[in-house]
Amino acid sequence: MEMARAFDTKLSALYKAGKIYGGVFTGRGHEAIAACEGVYLRKGHDVYTPFIREQAGRCAWGDSVLESARSYFGSALGLMRGREGNVHWGNPREGTLAPISHLGAMIPVVAGMLMAKRMQGEKDFVGVVCIGDGTTSVGATHEGCNLIAVEKLPAVIVVTNNQYAYSTPNHQEFACKSLCDRGVGYGMTTHECDGTDFLQTLEVMGRAIAAARAGEGPQWVVAKTLRMCGHGEHDDASYIPQELKDRFADRDPLAVARRQVQEQGWLTADEIAAIQAECADEVQRAVAQAQKEPTPNPATEDWSATSWKPTRY
Amino acid sequence: MSVTYIDAIHQAMAELLAEDEKVFLYGEDIAGKFGGAFKATKGLAEQFPGRVLNAPIAEDAIMGVAIGAALAGMKPIVEMQFADFGTLAQNQLGNNAAAHYYRTGIPVNVTLRMPCGGTPGGGPYHSQSVEALFAHYPGAHVLCPATVADAYYMLKQAVQIPDPVVFMEHKFLYRWLKADTWLEKDPLPIGRARIARPGRHATVVAYSAMVPETLKAADELAATSGYSLEVVDLRSVKPLDTDTILASVARTGRLLVVSEDFPWGGVAAEVIARVTGQGYHLLDAPPLRVTSKDTPIPYHPDLWKAHRPHSGHIVEAARYLMSL
Ligand SMILES: Cc1ncc(C[n+]2csc(CCOP(=O)(O)OP(=O)(O)O)c2C)c(N)n1
Ligand SMILES: [Mg+2]
Repeated sequence: MEMARAFDTKLSALYKAGKIYGGVFTGRGHEAIAACEGVYLRKGHDVYTPFIREQAGRCAWGDSVLESARSYFGSALGLMRGREGNVHWGNPREGTLAPISHLGAMIPVVAGMLMAKRMQGEKDFVGVVCIGDGTTSVGATHEGCNLIAVEKLPAVIVVTNNQYAYSTPNHQEFACKSLCDRGVGYGMTTHECDGTDFLQTLEVMGRAIAAARAGEGPQWVVAKTLRMCGHGEHDDASYIPQELKDRFADRDPLAVARRQVQEQGWLTADEIAAIQAECADEVQRAVAQAQKEPTPNPATEDWSATSWKPTRY
Repeated sequence: MSVTYIDAIHQAMAELLAEDEKVFLYGEDIAGKFGGAFKATKGLAEQFPGRVLNAPIAEDAIMGVAIGAALAGMKPIVEMQFADFGTLAQNQLGNNAAAHYYRTGIPVNVTLRMPCGGTPGGGPYHSQSVEALFAHYPGAHVLCPATVADAYYMLKQAVQIPDPVVFMEHKFLYRWLKADTWLEKDPLPIGRARIARPGRHATVVAYSAMVPETLKAADELAATSGYSLEVVDLRSVKPLDTDTILASVARTGRLLVVSEDFPWGGVAAEVIARVTGQGYHLLDAPPLRVTSKDTPIPYHPDLWKAHRPHSGHIVEAARYLMSL
């Protein structure tokens, strides 16, 4: 969580300094939810499909911020080699999918990976798909979730309700009382948590992921927070009422988590400060490295979109 | 004994399932005793338990599942019930499967079978030819077999290709097109067009069900006028074998392209753009095309026959081309 916050803060500064191509999308307010997904997953064994604001989840899963930085800077040494950028990176061989922009589209892809694992006789695996409140309105989301339920796949759908989809508030996205109703409709077991409350989120997410892993069928988790930033760094989120922002002012998941881990006796204030310093250093190093790495070269780029080519005579 | 185009497709899938445990079939109504809307998978679910799977009516999700399974090492073959509904899988095929190799370096080995083209009474939404829509996106190969042997060999080859392959099977050819066998001595590789009929006076490029239609037109024209048409069967619209087309146009000096698809931005336009760009000097007359009309496909057989190109239209266009 600290790493993600440090990275997002750095990215935001880089964006404002004009150092990033295109948009920057941060996860302020989402850190507890994302981290509590990733921490229960095993890289190389499970499937994880991060969404826009899942940097903390990527870190918890075990990916370095260097890959995220490479994605933003379009480094030729990164997994996406400048062909894809910002949050749209993944490493499918290890179980993270490279999401396409089209919201909801990765849900059935996770279903397919889980079905394949089942056919291949693998055991104890789980797939976590992350979506937002706005994404629950997309047709692909419905098709994918229904299919996951029909196939009784070991999947956890994490719906982060940050109360906005870009500028659109919940009441213009859906008319059901709670997004949990959607999960019930699909025939999934549903869970709900306050996504700003780290300990509660850790507990609920742990339960949901364990249930899916144990073969209890797909789980639907609705985690509530507020997007404590713009949709992207280009957006000042002036459409979010000030009083709503004020209500969440003391619910920054990072501040809550720092307090909670001290109360639990898991970390001292000094240890937290040391972690923060470490994270700041690692982010600094990752960004510096990604910035100085070679960029893709249009002259030597392989401009073929297929791996197979017909033989010419 | 004769075999049909759909027998060849069935046989190819049976062999693929038997030869490679990574292959599985996924689609609407394809499993159980039912065996699909056109019976292409009949008996396969019983023969290969657990490898012929029914899907809910969710074309986007079906294609998404195939992508995920391919990324996990499988070789899914998806059946769309009708190519017309393939538009709902187009986002997954075009933006996800086809884009994946360029974006990540990992190709997505999915084969998308789509029963396409017109039959009498099919109407606007059970008749379309959507090959141009799917060929539009970078990263996929689009095959349009026109013979029983091509239906068999090209489907088998499609699954060996690691990239997404769209396999357009013409519904009219399913049971109409017959041959003694699907086997051939020297099957062509994907990416090569075939001279279906040699001729001297004009090149007619066609694919899918327009190949038999064009052959019929060539016979009619030969019988009534003495003009001989050289018929090129594209076999795959992507890759497009421009070399074979240009070589033929170099021999004949004239080009007519026949496609059952709508005219706008279609395969016929692409062929003509390539030939005029690379072989303008080979042409003795402006290149022409015969396509279906720029309206939705009508229901009544009398309207449909006028909407869709048939041998009469092709003969007429060829005569006009010879007059230029
Ligand atoms: C199918 C589709 N439509 C529109 C967009 C543009 N878009 C990107 S993110 C976004 C809002 C998503 O909202 P939500 O699902 O609540 O996630 P959040 O951004 O709040 O984390 C929109 C409209 C898109 N990427 N895909
Ligand atoms: Mg949202």
